[in-house]
Amino acid sequence: MRSAKSLHPDRTWRPFGWDDVVSTPGWIAVAVLGSVGSIARFLVDRSVSRHTAARFPLGTLAVNASGALLLGLLTGLALSGEALVLAGSATLGSYTTFSTWMLETHKLGEDGQLAAGAANVLVSMTLGIGAALLGRAIGGAL
Amino acid sequence: MATQDTARNSVPRRRIDFQELVAIATGGAVGSLARVGLSQALLTSPGEWPWATFAVNIAGALMLGYFVTRLQERLPVSTLRRPLLATGLCGAFTTFSTVQIELLKMADRNDYALAAAYLAVTVVCGYIAVFASSALVRRVRALT
Repeated sequence: MRSAKSLHPDRTWRPFGWDDVVSTPGWIAVAVLGSVGSIARFLVDRSVSRHTAARFPLGTLAVNASGALLLGLLTGLALSGEALVLAGSATLGSYTTFSTWMLETHKLGEDGQLAAGAANVLVSMTLGIGAALLGRAIGGAL
Repeated sequence: MATQDTARNSVPRRRIDFQELVAIATGGAVGSLARVGLSQALLTSPGEWPWATFAVNIAGALMLGYFVTRLQERLPVSTLRRPLLATGLCGAFTTFSTVQIELLKMADRNDYALAAAYLAVTVVCGYIAVFASSALVRRVRALT
């Protein structure tokens, strides 16, 4: 991603500059890895949710915190170019989710559980940033 | 599916359905392609507002609010639409981990104001997006 940017330092909007970084087989891999990330999210979410009695959406929290940790790790390992797009954006980007986090927060709010809704926002943000920092530190040390 | 919404944790175990996994994988592939495609078309540097990530997250939250509310009113509930559209498509189209890395990169540049604004605006707009799309579906449903 960074290398593609440096090819056109004066342009941020590059509608047809994709193949700079991602090759045609790379796009197929983006689709396949997106599927893998989504299925992993479903399975982790469902196994965490099943083992917790709380109504708090811990499954999504576990997915997002672990995904932020792993993406931090890849960043710390200084992965770049197509490898970062495939392992980071395609796989971990699909594994973690923003929309479900917001939907579950909205649901808690609708159910009148305002404290739980606020906690869902604050805990996810804090754990997400903390996990990304930790992952990057581990990756940098390796 | 309906019971999973109201009391997902009280559902002890449901066997993994192969068709459900295929639906999630299909939606996930499309969501991933759309998000990575947009992020490659719209590259931003760490000092800038990450428009690509912001756009997919808000659009995905709008879509999820719409799909989930629409699917709740269908009886019998379609068993594969939710995994395809909600878990697969919207789940993969939006991302949480990329936001965290973007925040770290902003903090690296001591751009704390941008990082705080990005995080706050993303969360507030994402919440409003889910709220607005589900409220709109209910409003339309009440009229018809």
